[in-house]
Amino acid sequence: MIRVVLPRPLCAVAQTERELVLEVAGPVTQETVLDAVEARYPTLRGTIRDHVTKQRRPFVRFFACQRDLSHEPPDAPLPDEVVRGEEPFLVVGATAGG
Amino acid sequence: MSGVRLLVGTRKGAFVLTSDEQRERWSIDGPHFAGWELYHLKGSPADPDRIYASQSSGWFGQLIQRSDDGGKSWEAVGNEFAYDGDAGTHQWYDGTPHPWEFKRVWHLEPSPTDSDTVWAGVEDAALFRSTDGGATWQELAGLRGHGSGSSWAPGAGGMCLHTIVPDPSDPARMFIAISAAGAFRTDDGGATWKPINKGLRSEHIPEPEAEVGHCVHRLAMHPSRPNVLFMQKHWDVMRTDDAGETWHEISGDLPTDFGFAIDVHAHEPDTVYVVPIKSDQEHFPLDGKLRVYRSRTGGGEWEPLTKGLPQSNCYVNVLRDAMSVDSLDSCGIYFGTTGGQVYASADSGDRWMAIARDLPPVLSVEAQTLP
Repeated sequence: MIRVVLPRPLCAVAQTERELVLEVAGPVTQETVLDAVEARYPTLRGTIRDHVTKQRRPFVRFFACQRDLSHEPPDAPLPDEVVRGEEPFLVVGATAGG
Repeated sequence: MSGVRLLVGTRKGAFVLTSDEQRERWSIDGPHFAGWELYHLKGSPADPDRIYASQSSGWFGQLIQRSDDGGKSWEAVGNEFAYDGDAGTHQWYDGTPHPWEFKRVWHLEPSPTDSDTVWAGVEDAALFRSTDGGATWQELAGLRGHGSGSSWAPGAGGMCLHTIVPDPSDPARMFIAISAAGAFRTDDGGATWKPINKGLRSEHIPEPEAEVGHCVHRLAMHPSRPNVLFMQKHWDVMRTDDAGETWHEISGDLPTDFGFAIDVHAHEPDTVYVVPIKSDQEHFPLDGKLRVYRSRTGGGEWEPLTKGLPQSNCYVNVLRDAMSVDSLDSCGIYFGTTGGQVYASADSGDRWMAIARDLPPVLSVEAQTLP
């Protein structure tokens, strides 16, 4: 099971707690994790990444295991600690925008 | 008992203000969507408890919220605004071609007759329509596909489609306005559009009387007289009597004819309201005095309305969607400011009172008259 922590504004949109626990089929990557998030909470489509291109929105960041994974390829495997559920995958609103 | 519900969009959330028909005591409910920008909220004329709201942020993009109980509860509906086909380019600030990119929804206009139909005016400028209560959105691409589209350029606030005025007497006719392209009209339900800017003169564009390129700030219509439109342009207050075929200036004796908001009295089609702003550089009232100007002659002759409004040291702005009227027997007028105040007049503008003082900067105000 994969743990995902959402920023508070998106918790309100999805009407959920900050930490989600999701089952991800196949390789655990940014792409498959976010696919699982959006499948469970369709109202989050377009808020983390573009509807069509699936590109990360500019002021959204992805962290895990004290690392910034925002610029990693979407299909790159996430750290083993995330795959094993020991560490969460963090979706973060960047410190930008005022 | 009848009453009024005001839908107030701000930089940091939405507020719902309600009063009975006296409009002396107001309750304030909110913030809804705290922390998000609410560019616009508007209720359906066909079902006043159906309200659409545009919610956006620089971090998380655009959401559309819908309420079916008058703003007590909300549901996020569809937020995919995909341009039809190849998006193409418009003109950028430096004159180069720039790809059309969706940024946000500026204005939501529910259909006068069907609560599931709503139009959205977006930045970069385009018009979308939903016929399923906001679940899905389709672009009316004939507008952006107008031959002049590639020459449209953003104003200081972005290239936004901010005004949508359906003709209540003809479902196939609609007026829209874009900063800084101008006003357009469709007579065939949105399939094709024509620019309606003849008579406008804008000194800040290379060809002052060009067919497109004018920074129109807002259009207003009285529903009983759909061929007459009033316009607050970047500079100049304008009027057309032939559905936009020609415009003439009605700034008359206004102390300054720059501004954003304009609206029409609910029962007097020739009574018009504007809030003059000092200039395009100084977005605040002249002399620090917040004055609404009213014309009872369809323009040209204007009177300042000041009772209850600050007459010294006031340096707020009133944005284009931040003025509205109710339709009670004694017409109510409302506007919000970038200083977070909402002012109300229950007597056509003669006297005003602040009904909210310390909200975040107000982006939009819409009045709903409740049965």
